[in-house]
Amino acid sequence: MSELLFFSLLNGIVTGLLLFMLASGLTLIFSMMGVLNFAHASFYMLGAYFAYTISLYVGFWLGLILAPLLVGVLGALVERYGLRYVHRWGHVAELIFTFGLAFLIEEVVQFIWGKETKAYHEPEILQFSLFTFFGQDFPAYKAFMLLVSIAIFIVLLLILTRSRIGLIIQAAITHPNMTAMLGHNVPLVFMGVFGVGCALAGLAGVIAGPALGTFPGMAVVLGSIVFVIVVVGGLGSLTGAFVASLLIGLLQTFAIALDYSVSDLLAVLNISVDAESALRDLWALSLPQVAPILPYLLLVLILIFRPTGLFGKRET
Amino acid sequence: MTDTTHLNGGEATAPLVKRLGPWIGLAALLVVLPMIFSTNSAIYTMNLMGIFVVFALSYNMLLGQGGMLSFGHAVYFGLGGFMSMHLVNYIEEEIFVLPIFLVPIFGGLIGLVFGVIIGSFSTRRAGTVFAMISLGIGELMAASSLIFVAFFGGEEGVSGDRTMGPNILGVDFAQDIEVYYLIAAWAFVTILLMYLFSRTPMGRMANAVRDNEERAEFIGYSQRKVRFISFCASGFFAGIAGGLFAINFEIVTEENLNAMTSGVVLLMAYIGGVGFFIGPIIGAVVFTLLQTLLSNYTEIWQLYVGVLFVLTVMYVPQGLTGILAMHGPAFRMQRLGILVVPYIRAGLPTALMLCGIIGFLEMIHHLRAAAVGETGMSLAGIEFDTHAVMPWVVVVLMGSVGAFLTKTQMPQLREAWDQANAPLASDKGVTS
Amino acid sequence: MTSAIALKGVVKSFGPTQIIRGVDLDIRQGERHAIIGPNGAGKSTLFHLISGRYTLTGGSVHLKGEEISNLPPYEIYRKGLSRSFQVTNLFPQMSVFENVRCGLMWVKNYRYSFWHLVDRERDLNRRVMEVLEEIGLANRQHVPAGVLTYAEQRALEIGIAAAGGADVIMLDEPTAGMSHSETDQAISLIRKVTEGRTLVMVEHDMGVVFDLADRISVLVYGEIIATDTPENIRNNKAVQEAYLGAEAEHA
Repeated sequence: MSELLFFSLLNGIVTGLLLFMLASGLTLIFSMMGVLNFAHASFYMLGAYFAYTISLYVGFWLGLILAPLLVGVLGALVERYGLRYVHRWGHVAELIFTFGLAFLIEEVVQFIWGKETKAYHEPEILQFSLFTFFGQDFPAYKAFMLLVSIAIFIVLLLILTRSRIGLIIQAAITHPNMTAMLGHNVPLVFMGVFGVGCALAGLAGVIAGPALGTFPGMAVVLGSIVFVIVVVGGLGSLTGAFVASLLIGLLQTFAIALDYSVSDLLAVLNISVDAESALRDLWALSLPQVAPILPYLLLVLILIFRPTGLFGKRET
Repeated sequence: MTDTTHLNGGEATAPLVKRLGPWIGLAALLVVLPMIFSTNSAIYTMNLMGIFVVFALSYNMLLGQGGMLSFGHAVYFGLGGFMSMHLVNYIEEEIFVLPIFLVPIFGGLIGLVFGVIIGSFSTRRAGTVFAMISLGIGELMAASSLIFVAFFGGEEGVSGDRTMGPNILGVDFAQDIEVYYLIAAWAFVTILLMYLFSRTPMGRMANAVRDNEERAEFIGYSQRKVRFISFCASGFFAGIAGGLFAINFEIVTEENLNAMTSGVVLLMAYIGGVGFFIGPIIGAVVFTLLQTLLSNYTEIWQLYVGVLFVLTVMYVPQGLTGILAMHGPAFRMQRLGILVVPYIRAGLPTALMLCGIIGFLEMIHHLRAAAVGETGMSLAGIEFDTHAVMPWVVVVLMGSVGAFLTKTQMPQLREAWDQANAPLASDKGVTS
Repeated sequence: MTSAIALKGVVKSFGPTQIIRGVDLDIRQGERHAIIGPNGAGKSTLFHLISGRYTLTGGSVHLKGEEISNLPPYEIYRKGLSRSFQVTNLFPQMSVFENVRCGLMWVKNYRYSFWHLVDRERDLNRRVMEVLEEIGLANRQHVPAGVLTYAEQRALEIGIAAAGGADVIMLDEPTAGMSHSETDQAISLIRKVTEGRTLVMVEHDMGVVFDLADRISVLVYGEIIATDTPENIRNNKAVQEAYLGAEAEHA
């Protein structure tokens, strides 16, 4: 039991920090520009694909650096020539634009790289087991993911709290109009934040690609989850995004690890059920089975009972 | 998003012909269509079209009429479909006796029930909160549908047999053409009902809440209740579309209530134009045509649809109907003739450019996707070798020459446009 | 006779800041009552409190003897209080005609009906045309409200507020930003549409106030310092000091 807990905890943290890399960019973009970027996870996917293609020629490590930069530039271009143009049609159009972009990017990825999963692997020096605990291996690559995520988290924290640009960004989050008055080039800051947010998503894609698979559906798999995180944590709250990322990461790994079903619960309560009834699926329902719906259940409940999210100050 | 297609209030007593004309025309069109396009694939396409028209219109009750952006509208379509499929199976087992053609109303009631349940909390706020709840509910339902296998049938879905119901007037829906008329009849009735709904006090207030939810409260209406009623009505019509889907395809799967279908309906409504009642109709027709026709000729049709969608959002937020409506003033002033020649002059090079771009994309796709060693491809009846240089030169030339010529033709088009739309001295302030 | 609107110890705070600091006010039925005061005195806030846009921090509001504290705006409207907004607040994509019609639907008892067709309701549409004639927008009825000129939007704003025939009408700076001739037109429009009803208005233009009002209340820093007839207000020392003094500070 304790090894199960240990590994679930570790895996949950790895997943959670990875999710935070996506969620932090998304929540920054939302709080500054008021745009929930549906295509955010698509940039994550692009990161993985770019890194895959780059790694074919110059290896994993250059891909790790170049791919996020490329994605960031692409994101900045999308903001400059897409989003800023659509802005004139209003908020709904912006949302729909990013929604269409997500659709389009998936099609483009299939067009360029095909539908099948790409053989994008971790570099050989990371293909070993870091340690073995209660007979279970912990791969070095996971530790690497953990390290990169933590490093990014610390850098982000430092930039936001210590640097001038970080202060401007924080000001822009809380008082978007005031910042313009203070003479800062808000459109440029927007473009920068959008680009950096996308680059972060791209980086997450680069390191997640080998572990979770590089395929055209990878954006969809993560896209809605990241939305859940941002809303549950509270729109515009980085702290909230961090807590919610870990929460969702742990929730998912633990739900998969703990194989209990409703009938187990009913057995504890001494209720017996008819195995042939139409509701049999309900009784047989186990935690790993419901794992995929838990985040969405959380999202809906949060939106109903606490629309500001866990840490948010303003309603969506 | 103006309501230019509606009769405005002052014209309450428009002549009978003018009011009923479009409806008689629509009915006649629906009757005649399968006689003109009588192949099996045409009937198939038109059936799908009818279903999507109802679905897209029901979606626009939210987005266009009520200002609610939903990312989970497939839930009501899909649940209506699943329940209808189960009902068809019960009818087959003679647990219920009900003519098949009434099944869609049952699907509608299911959509309504779920609309009431989900709307009771999701319509509290509009804007992003509503959009996010709809997304969450959509994902929740899609994920649940794979868990509750007994009801949703898992990956295979639920299938049934529509021909086993009580036989009325010798119609057993074994033929697709019979289903066509069933769908056409339902489509006609629901289009009419949805149009009439938009002309009721409730429908007008839905627009008012869309425009300014706060002010609506200061003229006596609860914005939440207005949204709730719109939402329920929308769920009802989406459920009817789901019921029609179940009858037509005799199978309903998880795909019918997942995010993809929710996205498709948004796409259809938006491409058609959410600011107009007929927008989603046009959108659904165009989308179905793209889907069924284009997919016969190219494997990358979804790429084209994606490009079309993004371009629409960026440059024509009023949708295809918006483009048509832009010609209204010129049409009323009987000046459309001025535009014909400029359109041809700009249109031909544009077509050339598009041919070049499409050829280029198709060739890349062929290079990547074709079997190893297979170098010949055929495009628009022309056979050529994608590994040779010449075809690439040709498409690049077509694209760039087309683009250049299009650009040279733009000033004359703009000039003609201004000329055609120059206001008459008598009416100022009419916006295009 | 019960007062049209009675405020008892009304308090409103935003966070730690008290904006309205205990207001008692009686507005008699049938009178034209103006609320004046320097910028930032809380006039608009007071309007929002009465009409249900803001919730009260303390005290109570009564409409014709019935308590309406903290009811949602639509409930208050249904009890016979209608208002306009300082910042034009219309249905921009709908036609002028539709704007007025929406303002009439509840009082004409259509409620949330989806079984009447608005175009066939002759009485309703006739009344809409009457209102449009009154506010001088009959020839602009098909134009979307969003493209009207500023003065036209202000007139429509008043039209929507008054269309429903509420007993109490509150107008928030109806002549703000208008030229002289436009202001004169607005005054006669206000006179016309509020005939026989109670009017409460916030107004900066003293010409309009002294022209229209039967009684005036002066609000300074969240407190009413005087309520009286125009002449008495003009001669009130405290008002002159507080009000003009405060104005001078602002300038």
